[in-house]
Amino acid sequence: MTLFIILAVLTVVSSLLVIFQRNVVHSAVALVAALFFIAVLFLTLDAPMIGILQVLVYAGAIMVLFLFVIMLLNPAALEPRQIPWWTLGSAAALLLVFLLMPALLNTVAPRQAAPAGPGFGSPELLGQTLFGSFVLPFEIASVLLLVAIIGAVVLAKKES
Amino acid sequence: MRQFVDQLIQNGYFAGAPKELVYAGAMIVAALVVLSVFVAPLAGVTSWLERRVWARMQSRVGPNRVGPQGILQWLADGIKNLLKEDIIPASADKFLFSLAPYVVFVGFLSAFVVIPFGRELIVADLNIGILYLLAVTSVVVVGILMAGWSSNNKWSLLGGMRSAAQIVSYEIPAGLAVLTIVFVAGTLSTQGIIKGQGWAPWDWFLFYNPFTFVAFFLYFTAALAEGNRTPFDIPEAESELVAGYVTEYSGMRFLFFFFAEWGNLYVIGAVATILFLGGWHIPAIPALADQPILKGGLQFAVFFVKAYFWVFVAMWVRATLPRVRVDQLMSLCWKYMVPLSFVCVVGTAAWMLIWPQGNRPVSMAMFLLGVVILAMFSKRVGYQIRHARPVLYLRPYI
Repeated sequence: MTLFIILAVLTVVSSLLVIFQRNVVHSAVALVAALFFIAVLFLTLDAPMIGILQVLVYAGAIMVLFLFVIMLLNPAALEPRQIPWWTLGSAAALLLVFLLMPALLNTVAPRQAAPAGPGFGSPELLGQTLFGSFVLPFEIASVLLLVAIIGAVVLAKKES
Repeated sequence: MRQFVDQLIQNGYFAGAPKELVYAGAMIVAALVVLSVFVAPLAGVTSWLERRVWARMQSRVGPNRVGPQGILQWLADGIKNLLKEDIIPASADKFLFSLAPYVVFVGFLSAFVVIPFGRELIVADLNIGILYLLAVTSVVVVGILMAGWSSNNKWSLLGGMRSAAQIVSYEIPAGLAVLTIVFVAGTLSTQGIIKGQGWAPWDWFLFYNPFTFVAFFLYFTAALAEGNRTPFDIPEAESELVAGYVTEYSGMRFLFFFFAEWGNLYVIGAVATILFLGGWHIPAIPALADQPILKGGLQFAVFFVKAYFWVFVAMWVRATLPRVRVDQLMSLCWKYMVPLSFVCVVGTAAWMLIWPQGNRPVSMAMFLLGVVILAMFSKRVGYQIRHARPVLYLRPYI
């Protein structure tokens, strides 16, 4: 429990830093930290595979691309502007919280957590679930990614 | 490791202390031991050896003044760098600038958690070991990007960008080569992968089928590129970028980057040994059956020699090959290595459908082929050395 509280505080603090940092690169680094702490949370939940994938995919690949793009675009050109939609954004966030509230209340309410079954979170079980009961969503997601890749190539291609 | 701590607790040590605290303490002690007894001397001696080997290959002498043959050069360098002024440029982003070396260092050092030096000698045998290794080494890129950007220097920034592009690209062939072996072994645990092999070379996954043979060279090349080693060292290409992302660093922070680079060489060799070269396997010797310490030592020695051989090969490659250009680097990865590694993955999968238990004659044939290649290569190298002798006035161990 202590471990969870420490990790939760760290996650929330680094997530807040993502939003409130003036410097875009600092925000991105804070996001790396937040994702990393979430990965550790997964580890404490007996799901090492998900935790490691979180580091590998998000901290290691996606955030590197984020940082790459931010640094290439020269953050000086991205000085924080007054965003007119500030209130609209807050309202949307509040609406989201409101919609998520039932699920959150269900989770937060103290109750005995079911013990993880044998082999829980192991690569074997994950693979069997992914390619067994969830094979259709999995394949659809991969087709979606393929479409995104082709779309990026088409956009990047020069007009001839 | 965990069993060992559990046993200590059961035997009445640390009575009254919370279990988590004992585990945390054990982890810190293990990390300190690994760092100070193994990794630091290893990286240091590798730095000296690389300079010596390199010098020898270029008909120079190299560092030979500190200690016998200059073997203590790394200690002298370490002390020098500790005493040096730690300069942070005025226009640098101070926080990220000071943080970056540690991110790189932690990313590299975490890899040692899952490297098995013997049947018992491993910090933690995770059931996702090899995936963990890929994940922690990918954290290094974040550190390099931070170093490049926060220095506020165009050479550093360009170096950081090149490095990130290179590492992210070469992770793909490296990851696919690893996947090929994971298919064959049927596990992600590093110990499990080693246990799937044997002491004899034809039981190694290197010779399992032609595809894994190719995958080995794909892995080694991609790993060199990920480690920013010549011929893939364009992120710190001296002739173009001063020193790339380390340009503005000095003193101990500078040393941290190079510590990680030299230590990472050993990690590359160790991973190649785990995946392809049979790890710590030694032949079953009856006399050793009841001498666990001797047996463990022998396993460690076998593993170390195999892994360090590839460190030597990396030095050799560095002394021999010219640096590639940026566009060549990217086309090599995306046009040749990535498709080839996909062929390896699909080929091995098909192979396992046809021969689920492996194909012994093919393994033997692959082994013989490997021996023939090695023999021809050695003959060629011997020829070169013999004919280079007339212009080489150095005694071998000057």
